[in-house]
Amino acid sequence: MASVFEYAPAPESRSVVDIAPSYGLFIDGEFVEAADGKVFKTVSPSTEEVLSEIAQAGEADVDRAVRAARTAFGKWSALPGSERAKYLFRIARIIQERSRELAVLETLDNGKPIKETRDADLPLVAAHFFYYAGWADKLDHAGFGPSPRPLGVAGQVIPWNFPLLMLAWKIAPALATGNTVVLKPAETTPLSALFFADICRQAGLPKGVVNILPGYGDTGAALVAHPDVNKVAFTGSTAVGKQIARTVAGSRKKLTLELGGKGANIVFDDAPIDQAVEGIVSGIFFNQGQVCCAGSRLLVQESVQDELLESLKRRLSTLRLGDPLDKNTDIGAINSAEQLSRITTLVERGEAEGAERWSPDCELPTSGYWFAPTLFTNVTQAHTVARDEIFGPVLSVLSFRTPEEAVAKANNTPYGLSAGIWTEKGSRILAVAGKLRAGVIWSNTFNKFDPTSPFGGYKESGFGREGGRHGLEAYLDVR
Amino acid sequence: MPTNAPAPTAERSGGTPGVHALMDVTASDASLRRFLHGLPGVDTVGLEARAAALGTRSIKTTAKAYAIDLAISMVDLTTLEGADTPGKVRALGVKAVHPDPTDRTTPSTAAVCVYPDMVATARAAVAGSGVKVASVATAFPAGRAALEVKLADVRDAVAAGADEIDMVIDRGAFLAGRYLKVYDEITAVREACGTSARLKVIFETGELSTYDNIRRASWLGMLAGADFIKTSTGKVAVNATPANTLLMLEAVRDFRERTGVQIGVKPAGGIRTTKDAIKFLVLVNETAGEDWLDNHWFRFGASSLLNDLLMQRQKLATGRYSGPDYVTVD
Repeated sequence: MASVFEYAPAPESRSVVDIAPSYGLFIDGEFVEAADGKVFKTVSPSTEEVLSEIAQAGEADVDRAVRAARTAFGKWSALPGSERAKYLFRIARIIQERSRELAVLETLDNGKPIKETRDADLPLVAAHFFYYAGWADKLDHAGFGPSPRPLGVAGQVIPWNFPLLMLAWKIAPALATGNTVVLKPAETTPLSALFFADICRQAGLPKGVVNILPGYGDTGAALVAHPDVNKVAFTGSTAVGKQIARTVAGSRKKLTLELGGKGANIVFDDAPIDQAVEGIVSGIFFNQGQVCCAGSRLLVQESVQDELLESLKRRLSTLRLGDPLDKNTDIGAINSAEQLSRITTLVERGEAEGAERWSPDCELPTSGYWFAPTLFTNVTQAHTVARDEIFGPVLSVLSFRTPEEAVAKANNTPYGLSAGIWTEKGSRILAVAGKLRAGVIWSNTFNKFDPTSPFGGYKESGFGREGGRHGLEAYLDVR
Repeated sequence: MPTNAPAPTAERSGGTPGVHALMDVTASDASLRRFLHGLPGVDTVGLEARAAALGTRSIKTTAKAYAIDLAISMVDLTTLEGADTPGKVRALGVKAVHPDPTDRTTPSTAAVCVYPDMVATARAAVAGSGVKVASVATAFPAGRAALEVKLADVRDAVAAGADEIDMVIDRGAFLAGRYLKVYDEITAVREACGTSARLKVIFETGELSTYDNIRRASWLGMLAGADFIKTSTGKVAVNATPANTLLMLEAVRDFRERTGVQIGVKPAGGIRTTKDAIKFLVLVNETAGEDWLDNHWFRFGASSLLNDLLMQRQKLATGRYSGPDYVTVD
């Protein structure tokens, strides 16, 4: 990638964020030690530097947090919606004020480029709080009956790919509808949730309304299984989602699951090719492909396959991989060593099965967890890389001849979260979109999010919707 | 990269030699229209988003110093006023050769761009410096004159020593779908330029109204033998934008892929600050590539841009901002 026009490094300053050497659990408005004193470390994926030591919540802590949330629920749910809205608006504004700090923090803890945390994550996080703040006093008119009631205590478990955004998707509608929350962030990215706890205090949110319990899978399992939790919301892998569904089955807990995906990005021969290339890039290389709705299967009409691939390869050669804090970085680090080894294993299997692997010339940093943007061509529906969610910067390219074939291949997956359609023909967009079994279908764009737009899956991608008016339903008693 | 274009077969005279493989598409108005309308569409939202995203590249220190000098060397220092005088044109020429009299390491601009009647004056002012003289011929800026008048205008400018001719296309004919008329006019002007002058074809993108039209105009211009494709005259409300320049860079990139012939790009009008100019250079770097990062292949049509580049250059050299009185007014 040596060019005559080399961009000098443009690192965002990390002095805007002050990370403490250790953090406790956030229960009932206070930071406290774990009952059994356990701690774990969180590292920066781009450097493997230890950022902080975090208290690890055990069963006793889960119980304490759920009880705090139960106690807070009485007063919180009794507040007029307009009062709850004030707190949410306040939180939204504080997030905006502290957005640079939070963006740098998220980049340090997650490994994604500052460009994405600054320009995508943080604006969306604030937007979700603003949006649901607006609903808090209008629930009677949301279409769920005259005065829908909150469910009670919500136990929420979120993943590491969009730590703060997933927190916003979960907490904003829960609070707007009058529920209280116990949230478990992922073990590799707990920091922004703990900073959010501080924001709750800054906003004067009543004690116990939001509780944050960092920990591993067992913490999440204890939270999901706690008998006094009324609602479980989970975003993460399909395997864990199935376990949760089994745990919750037969209880009266309400459940929503946002799980894995293997989104199809369908490019017809009359597509705006240059913009389709951009859409493919943002579809699979946004957040290093660690996106449940990533367009990880490219379905391209045979007649334009060669030229599209050529354009795509040329475009991938301009992607800049490296220091996530550099404002010019397009591709950051993979979130963890485990995730990197998962990606590596699946890519090796793809090669072993005969798919053709390609990456641009790309120098990987020597420390941290990195994976070069990768294309697989000569892929068929039977290849593992066309079926399994890789959750990394790996795109599988398949071709089709007719719209029917495109739809059949796109739907031939256990998942159903997202899809993309690229064509200049409006009627084709509508015809194809109507046949795709996916929760979100983008046309002539990809990976666009908005708080007003519901998001959720079909089949093994889960059930329930987050965002929009639909997102309220998951936190209201509408039976 | 047109997908529905007819297979290249026959040859036809006119246009750049390397383009012969595509010449059959210019056999008739119908075949030309089929070809141009078979080009891949442009999605407005996606194009503008890409241009905006590239505008967020952070260019600092050595990269910025490189970009400023490169941008200065790409400026077509322009005066296109009815009130232009020989004195003003001479001043422009001297400034083009040594843009910053206080710092002789400052590169010269690429060219001075004047009306045809001022070519000789400009020629004399830049003599021996390597700075080119460009002239806007063909009834600039409206282009509404008989072909003979336009050709006479071009011949005048070339005879007076112009190295480059900036021609405007007949937007009326283009918008009416009479592509062959536009094509024939460009090839005629190309011929009038002879071998000594390079031809820049101005589309007046602000009047073409859609991005699809801009892509079609780009291919039309390149097929007809343009050495440069240029956004605009600087005389209408919307001139060069990051999005239309990005689109034209895609066009020259695709054209070279298809024909092996490299064409230059010149955004003109509305680029006033160093920050803007650097954004355009990023577009060049990441769209067409480094082969275009040279004033033989990329130009800025600008008059006020140069002074801002000079002030930024002084700032980098001294660590302090100077002010408008530390650069020359024209």
